[in-house]
Amino acid sequence: MLGAILSGDFPRSRVLTVVLLAIFVGLAITPFAIPGAAAINTAAKICYFIVLVVSYDLLLGYTGIVSFAHAMFFGIGGYGVGLSLYALGPTWPVILLGLAIGLVVAIVLALLIGLLSLRVKAIFFAMITLAVASAFAILATQFNEFTGGEDGRSFRVPEMLRPGYRLFDGEVFGTAITGRLLTYYLVFVSAVLLFLVALRIVNSPFGRVLQAIRENPMRAEALGYRVVYYRTMANCLAAAMAVCAGAMSALWLRYTGPDTTLSFAIMLDILLMVVIGGMGTMYGAVVGATLFIVAQNYLQRLMGIAAAATEGIPILPKLLHPDRWLLFLGVLFVLSVYFFPTGIIGKLRGSNKA
Amino acid sequence: MTSAPATTASDAIPKVRLDLLPILLPVAIAAVAYPLVGNLTTWLTLTIAALAMGMMIFVIASGLTLVFGLMDVLNFGHGAFIAIGAYLAMTVLIPLSGWTQADSLALNLLALLLAVVVAAIGTGLLGWAFERVIVKPVYGQHLKQILVTMGGLIVAEQLIHVIWGGDQKPMTLPTALRGAFTIGDFALEKFRLLAVAVGLAVFAGMMIVLNRTRLGLLIRAGVENSEMVEALGYRIRRLFVGVFMAGSALAGLGGVLWALYRETLTASIGGDVMVLVFIVIIVGGLGSVGGCFLGAILVAMTANYVAFLAPKVALASNILLMVAVLMWRPQGLYPVAKR
Repeated sequence: MLGAILSGDFPRSRVLTVVLLAIFVGLAITPFAIPGAAAINTAAKICYFIVLVVSYDLLLGYTGIVSFAHAMFFGIGGYGVGLSLYALGPTWPVILLGLAIGLVVAIVLALLIGLLSLRVKAIFFAMITLAVASAFAILATQFNEFTGGEDGRSFRVPEMLRPGYRLFDGEVFGTAITGRLLTYYLVFVSAVLLFLVALRIVNSPFGRVLQAIRENPMRAEALGYRVVYYRTMANCLAAAMAVCAGAMSALWLRYTGPDTTLSFAIMLDILLMVVIGGMGTMYGAVVGATLFIVAQNYLQRLMGIAAAATEGIPILPKLLHPDRWLLFLGVLFVLSVYFFPTGIIGKLRGSNKA
Repeated sequence: MTSAPATTASDAIPKVRLDLLPILLPVAIAAVAYPLVGNLTTWLTLTIAALAMGMMIFVIASGLTLVFGLMDVLNFGHGAFIAIGAYLAMTVLIPLSGWTQADSLALNLLALLLAVVVAAIGTGLLGWAFERVIVKPVYGQHLKQILVTMGGLIVAEQLIHVIWGGDQKPMTLPTALRGAFTIGDFALEKFRLLAVAVGLAVFAGMMIVLNRTRLGLLIRAGVENSEMVEALGYRIRRLFVGVFMAGSALAGLGGVLWALYRETLTASIGGDVMVLVFIVIIVGGLGSVGGCFLGAILVAMTANYVAFLAPKVALASNILLMVAVLMWRPQGLYPVAKR
């Protein structure tokens, strides 16, 4: 039963199992266990970033191609749902319509980019996705009468998902069942389902072919698999999942803008999460995303305290300034690529395969 | 020894036919743009601006493309050298503000030259460290190269914040380079002229080194087949490091020019140019210096004309240019043999 749900891909490590269960249970009960908006915001962010990072791992970790356009697809999802709700009013069919538009646009774009660059070299793909993504981000901010430009767009969500909505009058465990809570669980359940879908994909024969391509594209080709077809498929699948993540973020934030979805900073975040968590394992993406976002929220505070404590020493306070947290994650990132390419998961599983 | 007249090397090697078709492209673009712009002065100004921008991009991109050609390393951290070069120049120019504000061309240029030299040496040394620490362990592994050099870029950008602070810095042009020469109602900005001159000098210098010297011969041979060069007893590793340092120094030089052109400076300055640089080296053909030169002019022309005609889609038009070139020649304008 559990094997069927997890597609036979168990964590294979006691510590990892505990960590994953802790993440799952933690995300499931956050709205009831920890009061306040900060905790539930962090939890929701973790949920949609898990989907985003998992879909990126499908590309980077399983297929072995580096894309810098993943934040773009995330943004297409966010803008698709966001702009539809903004333009057509807050109803459920509009959300589905927005999601559908986002999916179509993203898959067409992914296909075009893939066909243009995946047949040549992996390195072309990295550069071309980078160029296309920055052009897209600029276009999105330029057409400001349509997209809201730099400011982005705030919009209203259907009645049921608004903070003012009450499912019933009473309280459960001392917490009122508001629309916000329903939105959270919508995001949470979608994240769990999409994660299981991704797990299914990578453990299917299709996923095995992707891994074969990652290990040795020539050999995969020689065995009769059309490498370009598989790479393009993986690119489209990952793009589609990123669109779903974008839609989730739009519903949760009730806002969509360049800084929360399209920017290169988000792309770097995704990259760091995948590599620090562990490339080529879906569970790594989960751990990486969770750790990164928790660190983003709490490490900065810690660094602020450390910076204040080291005041007077020449360079240290500047190094420990809360805005410099990316410096340490960057160093950690480089070290993980060198010394443990399978990331945290690789360490936990104790495997030696690179 | 036979007494037969020795065939000189140039006779023995068949001359490579110079491929002129891509060279006509910028001319064609300029010709198409003229009726669209419609005004001779505007068109001339745009074209000169495009040439200046193209030269700056070329200076930055040439190092990157050569490093790729020789070592099969694509350095995503190249942008860091652009930013660091610009910051180093700023650090030199601030105490020299007496010289840069003086009303003397010689003193202005001297200050600028000093700044450029410091920037180039600084980024060259940094390039050496970058090669040793970041790139060396991952030769031959493309995926890891992309990731690690990207990581290097993140760290370098953060260190710039630590050392110079994160706020936007002004980068003032020396007095003598401000303003423009006017010929009739056509204005020719002095700094653009300087940029074109520097770019042409770098291009000429690279061409001479690559085609007329022993070092250049080795580099070209290394691009074609590095194992063979190594088998002949040359230390290709040392050549690698040298080219990497030169490429980084060029990026630093380009960064100084670019920052002076924009007249402001932020830590993310490298990232903005890198997108254009990547388009340029893809269009030109990875590893080809000539292609890079032509690609830079093409990209800058498209960017400038489109920015005038339809400002919102300037970068997107460059993507279209790249797509069009790749449809025509999938390996870029001047494909390098091995790849």
